[in-house]
Amino acid sequence: MAAVKETVDQVLSIDVDKYKYGFVSDIESELAPKGLNEDIVRYISAKKDEPEWLTEWRLEALRRWQTMEEPTWARVDYPPIDFQDLHYYAAPKKTAGPKSLDEVDPGLLATYEKLGIPLKEQEILAGVEKGDRLVAVDAVFDSVSVVTTFKAELAKHGVIFCPISEAVKTHPELVKKYLGSVVPVSDNFYATLNSAVFSDGSFVYVPKGVRCPMELSTYFRINEKKTGQFERTLIIADEGAYVSYLEGCTAPSRDENQLHAAVVELIALDDAEIKYSTVQNWYPGDSEGKGGVFNFVTKRGDCRGKNSKISWTQVETGSAITWKYPSCILRGDNSRGEFYSIAISNGRQQVDSGTKMVHLGKNTSSKIISKGISAGRSNNTYRGLVSVGRKASGARNFTNCDSLLIGNKCGAHTVPYIESKNASAIVEHEATTSKISDDQLFYCLQRGLPQEEAIALIVNGFVKDVLQQLPMEFMVETQKLIGISLEGSVG
Amino acid sequence: MLEIKNLHARIGDREILKGLTLTVKPGEVHAIMGPNGAGKSTLSYILAGKEDYEVTEGEVLLNGASILDLEPNERSVAGLFLAFQYPIEIPGVATMTFLKAALNSHRKAKGEGELTTPEFMKLVKGVAEKLNITSDMLKRPVNVGFSGGEKKRAEIMQMALLQPSICILDETDSGLDIDALKVVSEGVNALRSPDRAFVVITHYQRLLDHIVPDIVHVLSDGRIVRTGGPELALDLEKNGYAAYVANAAA
Repeated sequence: MAAVKETVDQVLSIDVDKYKYGFVSDIESELAPKGLNEDIVRYISAKKDEPEWLTEWRLEALRRWQTMEEPTWARVDYPPIDFQDLHYYAAPKKTAGPKSLDEVDPGLLATYEKLGIPLKEQEILAGVEKGDRLVAVDAVFDSVSVVTTFKAELAKHGVIFCPISEAVKTHPELVKKYLGSVVPVSDNFYATLNSAVFSDGSFVYVPKGVRCPMELSTYFRINEKKTGQFERTLIIADEGAYVSYLEGCTAPSRDENQLHAAVVELIALDDAEIKYSTVQNWYPGDSEGKGGVFNFVTKRGDCRGKNSKISWTQVETGSAITWKYPSCILRGDNSRGEFYSIAISNGRQQVDSGTKMVHLGKNTSSKIISKGISAGRSNNTYRGLVSVGRKASGARNFTNCDSLLIGNKCGAHTVPYIESKNASAIVEHEATTSKISDDQLFYCLQRGLPQEEAIALIVNGFVKDVLQQLPMEFMVETQKLIGISLEGSVG
Repeated sequence: MLEIKNLHARIGDREILKGLTLTVKPGEVHAIMGPNGAGKSTLSYILAGKEDYEVTEGEVLLNGASILDLEPNERSVAGLFLAFQYPIEIPGVATMTFLKAALNSHRKAKGEGELTTPEFMKLVKGVAEKLNITSDMLKRPVNVGFSGGEKKRAEIMQMALLQPSICILDETDSGLDIDALKVVSEGVNALRSPDRAFVVITHYQRLLDHIVPDIVHVLSDGRIVRTGGPELALDLEKNGYAAYVANAAA
């Protein structure tokens, strides 16, 4: 009987092996030989038919990387990664630049369909008549972008949305100017690795004064075995521009770990605004912690212009290990940075995530709302830095970190760093840690809700402030995802 | 409808119910009165299936079937409703969302489909109005920031929505002023019907002026020590529980 004791027991016998996206697509791939050296970097660069400056840029990164050591400060524990035992490039065959969807491998289209990602514009347009909002999608499969939808429509507004490999050729001046300008080549171990071997990712440029007419979205999928995915995303909102961008990720269930080390750079010029939302649902590994994606990601936004704004919203439910700190450099006067996060860990997952808000300009403000939910035997750490520079007079920060524990075998940790060099700054930090109370659970059960639904309902209430930040079409999906992610926690 | 036979229950080492027997027939309203610590709230929790309590002997039948092995949510969909003495707050979950989830669980158990949003809204509005529950209150998170009266009215609203066959009201009068007591009682009386029964647990007679019981029991030291008509409640109001506490101790 005893409902709560049972919850705990069931948490012990946790079954997180219900990962819905765990299928493998049988698609013929072209793989680079295993290992990492100058030849591999040249191989990737040649595959992408890149200009000489980019090849050199990559090689410079590789040389840097070879002198660097893997960071160990995060509260995550994993066996050493053999970086020479990975493929750094995998591409579905027959993808020499599909001109239209008709040229895309039908197997690939089927994969995305199975994932619920609509790539056929006709289908999406059919949806429009039903009143749905438009979303343009860039689909990245292992190392290459397979298709980008609505490019023509976006072009009418002057918005550039294409694979970064294409932007290198069509808009080299923009790529050259901004690539590595927010996350420098030598930034950190994983970012430097990414700079050397990045394969594909999305490029967005929204010109002056343009409000991007639709949501832009990238969908990442790792398929191939023993493959690292190293995508690179670069988004530039020119003066007065606005763009909202969504990112979704899944991977097959595999026994071995897959490495994902992405870099995302955002640049907002004067009066521009970028809203970046992520729903990360990489394969988390099985209940014993076998397999799963190692997610080591560097995401940073630069509020370069005055009155600019960058807002990160993330829903992290997947990955065996998450190491991720989407940050904002508040350089422009009056610029604003926001970070809204829901991080759910279950099974043996380990999450070390948070943000950095670096206040450099005058009257800059930042807001951090982080909701961590730990279940099973997982560990969930919020790690954040709020730093206020000497010249950042009138800087303002508000941080709220709440943790919710389900069961008694999991951990929640909060590690906030605050550095202020300006006496006029106001920095506030609030944090709570709570458990789903037996009383709340009993109350819901008494009204007829089964235990799993009751937990999902309570957790959805707990994360409501962040859910509301998500674009409408993601909000409903996320509510369901929260239920699914916690399914294992009660058996 | 509800049969409790020789029920013994404990929490930890402490035995709280010591052979309680009670039979409630459809259409009846039973009041259970008793001094503090007699086991009144324990009885309601055990009927609803809260963990922490261990039933060591006896049985509880709802419509002829034993419910002691059922989960709390299974008892709920089988028709048992408990109006809490202290309704629980669920931050971030709108009352409306909660009601919908509860109602859909009940419908699902009966093999019925979910209501459409307009159907659901209409249904909720109907029951809410009778209890002076505003649409603003329905948007607020479950019981968060509700006054004592609002919480109790919300409990009765849930009861009206779920249409249980047996309703247990645990100290529903506590924390209510006289006006709120009236609204709540009217809400309960409106639900009285030949195929629904009530067990009203209370310390004071005043609630029974509004919800008039058919049968009154005195619970003391884990047992029903006396049973009578509504006049028994009046007698208790006048003379207190002293006689029964002494009896139980003897």
